[in-house]
Amino acid sequence: MCSTCGCDGDGHVISHLGQQDQAGGQLHSHTHGHGHHDHTHSLAKSHEHHPGSRVVQVEKDVLYENNLLAERNRGYFEAKEILAINLVSSPGSGKTTLLERTLTDLQGDADFFVIEGDQQTTLDADRIHATGAKVVQINTNKGCHLDAHMVMHAMQGLKLSNNAVLFIENVGNLVCPAMFDLGEQERVVIMSVTEGDDKPLKYPDMFHSSSLCIINKTDLLPYVPFDIEKAAANAKRVNPSLEIIEVSCTTGEGLSQWYEWLQSK
Amino acid sequence: MHELSIVMGIVDIAEEHARREGAQSVEEIELEIGCLTTVEMEAFESAWKQAVKTTILEHSVKTIHRTPGRAGCLECAAEFPLENLYDACPDCQGHFLQIYQGKELRVRSLVIH
Repeated sequence: MCSTCGCDGDGHVISHLGQQDQAGGQLHSHTHGHGHHDHTHSLAKSHEHHPGSRVVQVEKDVLYENNLLAERNRGYFEAKEILAINLVSSPGSGKTTLLERTLTDLQGDADFFVIEGDQQTTLDADRIHATGAKVVQINTNKGCHLDAHMVMHAMQGLKLSNNAVLFIENVGNLVCPAMFDLGEQERVVIMSVTEGDDKPLKYPDMFHSSSLCIINKTDLLPYVPFDIEKAAANAKRVNPSLEIIEVSCTTGEGLSQWYEWLQSK
Repeated sequence: MHELSIVMGIVDIAEEHARREGAQSVEEIELEIGCLTTVEMEAFESAWKQAVKTTILEHSVKTIHRTPGRAGCLECAAEFPLENLYDACPDCQGHFLQIYQGKELRVRSLVIH
């Protein structure tokens, strides 16, 4: 689904939106051998169609193209021994601040590259650029997530070096990015204490598909009704293998644990 | 609204297969959307209405199979229906689960003309 560069046929599908009336499609007449319309059977079985029509078995995953490109990205990362980390969260959890701190504190330890995903603006890329890391911004416009195709193109612009660390800051959204494999080795979900401690239960897919959960803004714990143990327990209910690190990007508390985790990968 | 991306993916698959088979139209399309996917069906239907316009699926009859979630407990080996990813094993209350079914998101078949 390329909504960034328009380099293949996907973009034209978007351009159909809003151009048609709201009447809805006319369903063609349709004959069933068994005379009802509950559609619980397979199309290939006991089903009559128009003369000249035939059934084609497709059995194709809808995300097949994305997953294929994600595997391609993954192969590229493996060949160049690049650690690619997909950072996901709702907006405002502090992803960009965490990245700024990380890139500043670990400067010189490795080559760092960043892909910034946002619907609009290059504000985050500008902040990351100021740390000295190489960064490219993807604006998804109406899109609510990054996909493997966008990341593939962004990488072409970055000219990644061997043994580098690539952070991919996804669009702030705990729902949509969960379905899209970018080819990353690790998915890190970030939540903050200004959100609800029930977030892992409300958005289970993202916590289920992540390997690390960072709970940010712990310096604000005295001022908010966030139960950090409950949040961790909720996250573990969704994904018992999930590692949890509590940090404050403001005071620096807990960041050494995050850096150790990075070094271990 | 990733449902729009998903519908666009379905349109791509249908167009590719229809073209390969030399078809003029797709009369029916059969989809499988597991109950444990993050597809919200109302959002999917509204994305579908908009995104299939002027594509080969514009007048297609759509059949959706909702495969129920099913998981196995990695601790006590029980197998059970899974409605939510955070549900515990009904036998041992464990959360180490393997999902067997319910994550499907695929185009099963087309009726082309």
